[in-house]
Amino acid sequence: MNSYLERLYNGIVKENPTFILMLGMCPTLAVTTSAFNGLGMGLSTMAVLVVSNLIISALRNLIPDKVRIPAYIVIVASLVTVVQLLIQAYIPSLYDALGIYIPLIVVNCIILGRAEAYASKNPPLLAGFDGIGMGLGFSIALTCMGFFRELIGAGTVFSGTPFAYSLPEIYEPVSIFVLAPGAFLVLAFIIAFLNAMNIENNGRKKVEGCGGACGSCGKAENCDKRRKL
Amino acid sequence: MRELWNVSSSPHVRAWDGTRNLMLDVVLALMPAAAFGIYRFGIYSLCVLVTAVGFALLTEYTYEACVGKESTLWDGSALVTGLLLGMNLPPFVPLWIPMLGSIFAILAVKQLFGGIGQNVVNPAMAARCFLLISFADQMNRYSGADGMSGATPLEILKNGGTADTAAMFTGFTTGSIGEISTLALLAGGIYLLVKRVIDWVIPIVYLGTFALFIVLFGGRGADPGYLAAQLCGGGLMIGAWFMATDYTTSPVTEKGRVLYALFLGILTGIFRLWGASAGGVSYAIVTADLLVPLIEKITIPKPFGWEGQKDG
Repeated sequence: MNSYLERLYNGIVKENPTFILMLGMCPTLAVTTSAFNGLGMGLSTMAVLVVSNLIISALRNLIPDKVRIPAYIVIVASLVTVVQLLIQAYIPSLYDALGIYIPLIVVNCIILGRAEAYASKNPPLLAGFDGIGMGLGFSIALTCMGFFRELIGAGTVFSGTPFAYSLPEIYEPVSIFVLAPGAFLVLAFIIAFLNAMNIENNGRKKVEGCGGACGSCGKAENCDKRRKL
Repeated sequence: MRELWNVSSSPHVRAWDGTRNLMLDVVLALMPAAAFGIYRFGIYSLCVLVTAVGFALLTEYTYEACVGKESTLWDGSALVTGLLLGMNLPPFVPLWIPMLGSIFAILAVKQLFGGIGQNVVNPAMAARCFLLISFADQMNRYSGADGMSGATPLEILKNGGTADTAAMFTGFTTGSIGEISTLALLAGGIYLLVKRVIDWVIPIVYLGTFALFIVLFGGRGADPGYLAAQLCGGGLMIGAWFMATDYTTSPVTEKGRVLYALFLGILTGIFRLWGASAGGVSYAIVTADLLVPLIEKITIPKPFGWEGQKDG
């Protein structure tokens, strides 16, 4: 069970496809104009990812190595078509908002990347959990970006859903954030923030290695881990 | 040690030019245009300038204090950024616009890229583009409470009208706080040239290319009135003399500078003639700044004897 949970943790935090691996940048930048669009894109990608990981992993010994990429594409494309038709039937507003980016899930590097790097080498159940982890990581990242872009750029959150919230009238929306440059700005700020957190945590660990008591340490003078005062 | 003669190798004559002196020269050169803007638009435009400068300095100080960097508050670079941004704003904008612009310019464009000398694009221009895209309504409102005419000369030109060139040259027209008086900006530019703070190549090639572009594609041929109005209008003068010559974002070599200025002239022409808005200098400068690393790459001087070597 532990390795299944590890897959989830890996996908959401350790190798978050958007913020750490920097995969699937096209939908990340293009459709996160609102939190709802981001969540919708993330969940549809996750649905495709979980099933494609399961199928590819189950067929991993049958697919010849030389034609594996076309084979993956066929599997992914069929699943994307299913998802596309389902969204069109049941959530037409999301279908209209996402537009061309739903069929483009086929060429999302996260899906092909996980198929190639994980599903083709591991048993189906693990691969499925890998899909869930990666899909959740992607969904969280996209919702997070959509949340900030919609909040700053339009002054609303989850507008058009029962959870809609909007800032008071006095707030003047900074509309650049719902336009293309805003996507780059928000992504850059989030990644910078995560990296800063990461560096801080790792830095602390280094000091903990020797107790961090530089004042009483005779070698502190030549130590590159010496705590900066 | 004090009593020994100080023995050192050359250079023995040192100039006192530092970032601070250069920046103070730029501020001094901007003063006539800023003063004219305040005279023309009243005390409120002074508040806009003060807010822009104040928040630029505050952001610089706060960020550097927060991350523990050495403070560059006193080198004047944030002062210049704030002043340039303020001068590029319409005179009657609500005060939160210069606030937000200055914070964006210093924090996102300058400090997050590594502070002074490390920014990729001109902070003041990037912030103006940011504001222009976000708050199109407030940023294009040039009319004030005193019934001053709303449309800028460039907008009139764009809609096929004619502009009063003499008024545009002296500055008795509408526009952003610091860009209206071509005369005052030229005086500042010439001061910088004489003090050798800036090099003549970028402004002259920029203005020349732009003029040629307008003659060729403007649709009015070499009509001197139209040409003069295009040259005096909008942010062209302040952009050419003060923004395009920014040390950080302009190329190092002379060849590179010519190329950069050519790009600027052509881009400004394209944005002005076929763009959605009447002005285009800020977008042109930001775009050309992004091209500078590539320009530097192709204009890097070859060391003596390099020609003979075959590079694999």
